[in-house]
Amino acid sequence: MTPLIETRGVSKHYGAFRALDDISIAVRAGEFVSIVGPNGAGKTTLVNLLTGLLVPTNGEVYFKGENIAGVGPVALATRGMARTFQLVQIFPQLTVAETIGAAVVTHQGKQWRLLSPLLADEAISARVAEIAGIFGLEQRLATLSRLLSQGEKKLLDVASAFALQPQVILLDEPTSGVSTAEKHTVMKTLVGAARAAGVDAIILVEHDMDLVASYSHRIIALSEGKVLADLPPDAFFADPAIIETVVGKRRGH
Amino acid sequence: MRRAPSVILIVAAVVALGLVPVLAPPFYANLLVPFYGYAIALLGFNLLFGYGGLLSFGHAMFLGLGAYGAAVIAGVWGIKEFEIVLIGAALAGLVVALPLGWLVVRYTGIFFGMLTLAFGMLTHSVLFKFYHLTGGDSGMRVPRMRLLGLEFAAYNKIELMAGPFYYYCLALMLIAAFLMWRIVHSPFGLHLRSLRDNAQKALYLGVRVHQFRLAAFVISAIYGAIGGAILGFRTGLADPELVYWTHSGHLVFMTVLGGFSSFLGPIIGALALTLLQDQLQSYTQYWRFVLGAILALVVIFLPRGLAGLAADVGSFLSSPRRRPGPVQLPEHSQPGVLGPGLRRDDVA
Ligand SMILES: Nc1ncnc2c1ncn2[C@@H]1O[C@H](COP(=O)(O)OP(=O)(O)O)[C@@H](O)[C@H]1O
Ligand SMILES: [Mg+2]
Repeated sequence: MTPLIETRGVSKHYGAFRALDDISIAVRAGEFVSIVGPNGAGKTTLVNLLTGLLVPTNGEVYFKGENIAGVGPVALATRGMARTFQLVQIFPQLTVAETIGAAVVTHQGKQWRLLSPLLADEAISARVAEIAGIFGLEQRLATLSRLLSQGEKKLLDVASAFALQPQVILLDEPTSGVSTAEKHTVMKTLVGAARAAGVDAIILVEHDMDLVASYSHRIIALSEGKVLADLPPDAFFADPAIIETVVGKRRGH
Repeated sequence: MRRAPSVILIVAAVVALGLVPVLAPPFYANLLVPFYGYAIALLGFNLLFGYGGLLSFGHAMFLGLGAYGAAVIAGVWGIKEFEIVLIGAALAGLVVALPLGWLVVRYTGIFFGMLTLAFGMLTHSVLFKFYHLTGGDSGMRVPRMRLLGLEFAAYNKIELMAGPFYYYCLALMLIAAFLMWRIVHSPFGLHLRSLRDNAQKALYLGVRVHQFRLAAFVISAIYGAIGGAILGFRTGLADPELVYWTHSGHLVFMTVLGGFSSFLGPIIGALALTLLQDQLQSYTQYWRFVLGAILALVVIFLPRGLAGLAADVGSFLSSPRRRPGPVQLPEHSQPGVLGPGLRRDDVA
């Protein structure tokens, strides 16, 4: 079976600095893959390459068997890829409903309807309400995004990505800035939402090893731009050297 | 429910505008004709600015395009049907804005502003220099035209302006406003606002950032050209002053004065400035100075413009407990723009 996402010998250089070097990974349908590694290991760079935000210096990225070179985020979004950013991204002056609605409009292919009233579109509002319900935002539909709490902003960011009904979703540290106590709740919501939305694969960048251990089918550890390990959780956590590199080197965020 | 008072207000305003030629001397109706031209142009301008987040400092070039278009179609070609002139102006706006927009919407913020400014100045110098085609600084005459095929031969120019043409422009503005209302409240309008707020996130939600900016640019150009055709008919002249950068600044001024974050703001700004300028000019030769001071005060004290002020006063007066103290900001800081979100009743 073709992997949903695959990289072949991908590198990203900034001048002489190799942020990523010769990365070959694959993620298949049905997988929950975590990407771990110390700060500066290249995790965000990898997500940016996988989602077409960055162009690799060498190598290729494939999405559903197609090279994504030159495809662009909009086409990837309509073909079934969604992502969130490490720093929470919102539309400050849009309400929760409008934020989710923007993605629903894309998914339903209605973006060129210039004269039809958005509010009268039952299919859009029904889907918005459904997505908001999954993320516990149903009471906040009419609230401006910038007035939400930090945690709600995170949820909304993810909710709008889910509203694309993607096949694969890439989450770059979705629990950063969330208290340790809340992290499990947030992850539960995310994974539940992914199931409800029929997402085929999740790629998660995460520092919290507890979360990584409880949800992943496979863990990819990056260190200084290279793949240090690409293992199922049992094998991963059985190797103290890897854990040392991933966790030991971490100093704050 | 929530919208009822504003609907009543709008109907009242339209009735009041409709009564101007009946109740006031022709001077006032004649004075308001340019207001309609500006109001239409600014509805388009604010699709780009208020909803798309792109502030053009060269938008007067499209007004000029409409006025020169009228001069060419009616004056040079002798087609004196104003409807054909309007369609011609709209097409000219479309044809010019497509390639120009394709280039400039790749830039945002100050770069977009500077690029549009540059193209506006370029247009100005072209009009100025090509004397044999454009009449240089004396411009081109825009002849009197027929409205809906009617000559109105019994009316002199002032009577035409203060009567039939006044109502023609009022109707045109209402149609333009209705269409724009539909546009900003459509799925397209939502995508446009999302890319204004955060283009990167919008891209990843499948928003075609460049295409939508281009569409907004083209629509705003069409509105500008139609407004310009009205201005040209009113003054009987298309001259380079119309596209001069100060005129573009004038458009920005009206929009900020009225409030770019509300749908009706630009119309209110156009009306306020038209009346204000008339009054100030009759009082003092330093009217530009006073206007500048007013703009500064508006930016500092009324960032949401007159429309924002009106909304605050309205919500203060209609709040059940009218206790003194700071006016409560509504949760939606942009009532006209954002609406109440998707309907709450849709939530089971
Ligand atoms: N635009 C850039 N120019 C130069 N260096 C960069 C750039 N972006 C990221 N880097 C560097 O690449 C490395 C990997 O960064 P990143 O992928 O953000 O790490 P992570 O997400 O694992 O913390 C870091 O050392 C970072 O400083
Ligand atoms: Mg990172």
